[in-house]
Amino acid sequence: MKRHLSKILLLIGLILCAVVSLLQGYIGAYYFQIIIYIGINIILASSLNLINGFAGQFSLGHAGFMAIGAYTSSIITASLHLQPGSPISHLIFIGALLSGGLMASFFGLLVGIPSLRLKGDYLAITTLGFGEIIRVIIQNMDFLGAARGFSGVPKLANFFWVYAVVAILIFFLHNLIKSTYGKGFLAVRDDEIAAEATGVSATRLKVVAFVTGAFFAGIAGGLYAHFVTYINPSQFGFLRSFEIVVMVVVGGMGSIPGVILSAILLTILPEALRAIAQYRMVIYALLLIIIMLVRPQGLFGAGINIKRYFKKSTEPV
Amino acid sequence: MNQLLQQIVNGISLGSIYALIALGYTMIYGVLRFINFAHGDVFMIGAFVGFYAAPHIMSATGGSTIIVCLIVMILAMLVCSALGVSIEKVAYRPLRSRPKLTVLITAIGMSLFLEFGGQLVFGPDPKLFPSLIPSTTVISTSNLVIGTNSIVVIVTAILLMLLLRFIVFNTKLGTAMRAVSFNHRAASLMGINIDTVISFTFVLGSSLAAAAAILYASVYPSINPLMGIFPGLKAFIAAVLGGIGNLTGAALGGLIIGVLETFVTGYISPTFRDAISFSVLILILIGKPSGLLGRNETEKV
Repeated sequence: MKRHLSKILLLIGLILCAVVSLLQGYIGAYYFQIIIYIGINIILASSLNLINGFAGQFSLGHAGFMAIGAYTSSIITASLHLQPGSPISHLIFIGALLSGGLMASFFGLLVGIPSLRLKGDYLAITTLGFGEIIRVIIQNMDFLGAARGFSGVPKLANFFWVYAVVAILIFFLHNLIKSTYGKGFLAVRDDEIAAEATGVSATRLKVVAFVTGAFFAGIAGGLYAHFVTYINPSQFGFLRSFEIVVMVVVGGMGSIPGVILSAILLTILPEALRAIAQYRMVIYALLLIIIMLVRPQGLFGAGINIKRYFKKSTEPV
Repeated sequence: MNQLLQQIVNGISLGSIYALIALGYTMIYGVLRFINFAHGDVFMIGAFVGFYAAPHIMSATGGSTIIVCLIVMILAMLVCSALGVSIEKVAYRPLRSRPKLTVLITAIGMSLFLEFGGQLVFGPDPKLFPSLIPSTTVISTSNLVIGTNSIVVIVTAILLMLLLRFIVFNTKLGTAMRAVSFNHRAASLMGINIDTVISFTFVLGSSLAAAAAILYASVYPSINPLMGIFPGLKAFIAAVLGGIGNLTGAALGGLIIGVLETFVTGYISPTFRDAISFSVLILILIGKPSGLLGRNETEKV
């Protein structure tokens, strides 16, 4: 029974998604939109958590992967002129989402391999640069609408698809962490040299983390595109990446529930406090600084062996 | 071919501004071993100090002369030095013994804070920077036009770099700085006050950024609170290209990035301007992560 607990929970989660999605007509459009954004942000933050929190590779280019997924899946569905609602459209939507995810993970591989030689600051800047390169390239591709954006994406994303992905991702992360891969991630994060010395291939694990994280970011991008129906390159700038990073840091790097909670909180807060909407980014910035000064394990992160991660630096200076 | 000379002159002018910012990155990296993400935003604050101070100073001294430019620049350098030192005191100093990732995230937070705090204080709309350097053409042939702007930028940058070189290599504090960057612990055992040296490094770096900001805003007069992001990132790339921690390298890297960027703008497309420097970064990090003039460091276990 206990062995199958997570699978059963996943099943319950999916059924719940289906049931709730039947009720979506009763929810006001505005609240519905926020609920969808929460789901998409959970996917983004949790997939970044895999790279930043578990594998310890600080990436600032998550919006780039999101953009790749959004554009890839939108091209597929928009060129097929799907009618939302027909069963075949859902199948094609899944296909499009998966291709978006695969395309993003292919680029994850491209970034992952060179950035293996880099650490900390360098990796952060390189991934940030990579995200910007993606944005600039899209801006210069006329068949993607260039800077005008890409409109006419069929509105195929709904409550069920978004939260089904959320449930699958949480299930996946939960099991991944308990697998040998997960242990490997933590080993690489805590002490790469020691991990290598005990036979863990840090290189391979980092690539796996990048590719998997990028895959889910791509899917989140696809869901986003098929919800808002209009995308343009400026939606995927580095401020978007920063927002996702803030969610992960506030929630607690390496904590699955913490990051989910902070994704929910940081999506609702700006909406609930419309009056302070203009202060949003300043508040995010202060949150980052204060959390790092006072509580580096994040607001909710007390789960896994986070203290060791933030132990005092012992390397010779 | 006609354009080539002009592009090179423009590129060197832009590149020397990048070089000034890059010097700040490289020095701070030298003593603290981390990237001060907020450096580009200190640059932005420098431009705004100039924007608000220039009209007053102009009316006080009467007219836009080189003296006004000089006073504005010194004022911006003073304000930014104070800002740089306080950023270090408030955000970085308490975290000095913590892992690098913590400091990195704080630096990103500080950078966002200055950007969006700036948006609240100065307003998000672009503002027109007063023309401090009278723009007259000095050299004009059929295929080359050099204005006072480029000359002032290049000459000021060279003077500042020489001054910095003098401070770092010929003064006591400069020697202390190099000692700290060589080995923190040994330096402090030799009686060097690490905190003073780090503060001094922030003074040097931030004032160079402020000077760069005044020059930059004189050439590209539209300023806004997010203007520091890209020059900051490019200057960082310049520092990495030249070999981080190396002063000559930072200057060289700045020039290369500046010239490269003007070439891409002129010969390919202005939209690829921002992408080219990032491509350079990725290439250099794959090919020679220690940079053009950097030395290889072995990792201690």
